[in-house]
Amino acid sequence: MVSYIIRRLLWGFVIVTLVSLIVFFAIRLLPGDPLLIFMAQSQEMGTMSLEQIEALRAEYGLDKPIMVQYVNWVKDLMRGDLGLSIHYRENVGKLMLERLPVTLHLSLVSLAISLPLGILAGLAAALRRGTWIDNVVVVGSYIGIAIPVFWLGYMLILIFGLRLGWLPIAGYTSPFENFWLSTRQLIMPVFCNSIAGIAGMARQMRSSVLEVANQDYVRTAWSKGLTEKAVVLRHILKNSMIPIVTILGMSIGGIFGGSVIIENIFAIPGMGRLLVNSIFAQDYVVIQASTLIMACIIIASNLLVDISYGWFDPRIRYD
Amino acid sequence: MGRLLEVKDLKTYFKTDDGIVKAVDGVSFYIDEQEIVGVVGESGCGKTVTQLSVMQLINRPGRIVGGEIIFEGKNLLEYEQHGPEMRSIRGGKIAMIFQEPMTSLNPVLTLNQQISESLMLHLKMSKEEARKRAIELLGLVGIPSPEERIDDYPHQFSGGMRQRVMIAMGMACNPKILIADEPTTALDVTTQAQLLELMKSMVEQFKSSLVIVTHNLGVVARYAQRIYIMYAGKVVEEGKCKDIFKNPRHPYTVGLLNSVPRLDVEGERLIPIEGLPPNLTQMPPTCAFLPRCPYATEQCRTQPMPELRPVEGEGHKIRCYVDIAEVDNVTVKK
Repeated sequence: MVSYIIRRLLWGFVIVTLVSLIVFFAIRLLPGDPLLIFMAQSQEMGTMSLEQIEALRAEYGLDKPIMVQYVNWVKDLMRGDLGLSIHYRENVGKLMLERLPVTLHLSLVSLAISLPLGILAGLAAALRRGTWIDNVVVVGSYIGIAIPVFWLGYMLILIFGLRLGWLPIAGYTSPFENFWLSTRQLIMPVFCNSIAGIAGMARQMRSSVLEVANQDYVRTAWSKGLTEKAVVLRHILKNSMIPIVTILGMSIGGIFGGSVIIENIFAIPGMGRLLVNSIFAQDYVVIQASTLIMACIIIASNLLVDISYGWFDPRIRYD
Repeated sequence: MGRLLEVKDLKTYFKTDDGIVKAVDGVSFYIDEQEIVGVVGESGCGKTVTQLSVMQLINRPGRIVGGEIIFEGKNLLEYEQHGPEMRSIRGGKIAMIFQEPMTSLNPVLTLNQQISESLMLHLKMSKEEARKRAIELLGLVGIPSPEERIDDYPHQFSGGMRQRVMIAMGMACNPKILIADEPTTALDVTTQAQLLELMKSMVEQFKSSLVIVTHNLGVVARYAQRIYIMYAGKVVEEGKCKDIFKNPRHPYTVGLLNSVPRLDVEGERLIPIEGLPPNLTQMPPTCAFLPRCPYATEQCRTQPMPELRPVEGEGHKIRCYVDIAEVDNVTVKK
């Protein structure tokens, strides 16, 4: 088990290295110059001389050969220094620390809602197969998977934000500052962020439970005279969770990815919005750093998922 | 010995796209206390469905549409499928062992969890008591060092060992009847013999009755006191084991006996039963065995399905117009 975790962490390190290489060179292949963009957007627009720009370029080390830039970046990373943002003129670590909690808040709330709801919906549909509950879940999950998040987001804003005026249309407030406002602001983004997760989870859970319910050992459980509750909770649920854990691992990545779109629609100052703004500004440093952090989060969550398989299924061994 | 279970005119049908499958169509049988009864027939003859009906474990699209299942003076069919009365009988008074030991145990629960479950439910034992009893039971069915293996998972056991665990689970609450549905079919021959001996000694020790459902006549010949031969959802011959083996009266039984391989006769050919079992959705009004029967007469072709009628021998009945004892050229291997 320990050796398995160590091996996986080493692989994770290899993957992060590859991600860093790809993102580093890929963004530099794009046409455009982050410093020119910065200059065009700054207040001193037109007042900066060519010399000043070149001085800035030297400050960021962008005048050096590309391989040297990469080595310098990795060296800084090793020291825990994520670099200085070109666009924001701030330390990237500090930018991240401001935004990561926002994204985590959104993502974790979404996950905490979509996971139990998806599992329950799938379970209910499978156990009451062919009834109206099943039909609602099946049709609902098709809609949930098919619906484009950006369209849904704007529709929600239009209806509940503008027409009905029930919810704030955008923005983010820390729950420690104003819990009520923060929750009200989160309702629509969380809804958008969870809908695909709930739908996917429910579908998977439904087919998984249907499969398990037909297994011989479930018949054995019934033959013992157990109640439906005991058969479902003890014999069906744990067995049907194995494929769900796989989906969960993938959906953690999906939820972080989804936050890129949702944070932009609802003007939430999180990692996703930072990433998009930085891409528009060609802010190499921020793009690199946020890509790396997301890669680390996804690698870590996948590792957690793989370890938790062993808890659900004793047949799985780590060696 | 008192009558323990009496099934009268049981009908279990399955609704399918091709029509109604009459898997069990008017089956009657009984089990006395401490008796070993064999139910024999080929695949799809309804022998398993009959037993599952007794347990009320028939799921959609299947449904018990008629008959009575009298157990301890009560008709089990009056109870709701998952109601408290039926649940207390299932596992508590009537237990069942299934064909596939490899898949009949829950892979994610330990043996202790799976055996204790019944004990805590039916005998109201505490967790510790149940665990102690589970260890004893594992010892009884011949699992070596049970106190060490009680927390193992099913995948850590071989097929034969798992079936021993199933027997321990079945016998856990000291049921009145143990139904073993093809308990040894998936196992190799030496393991089969050991397990049958084990089941026999367990039911003797616990003073239970045993129903062995099988397609293997050799299995029942050795252990059962009485036999029911089933064909196409109906009992076609019933009687004492020795009567049926000595003096089989239904052509199907004769066919079955002739297709059993023998080790003591050299160079002998097996005689298979020609043809296939009928399609259960399109049953002829006549005898279901008619198309495969070598002894069919004009009466068989024109008359409806015969009723069970008594023949020579105590409780010996057949569902056939022909009296095979009077037909010439019948070869029954003895």
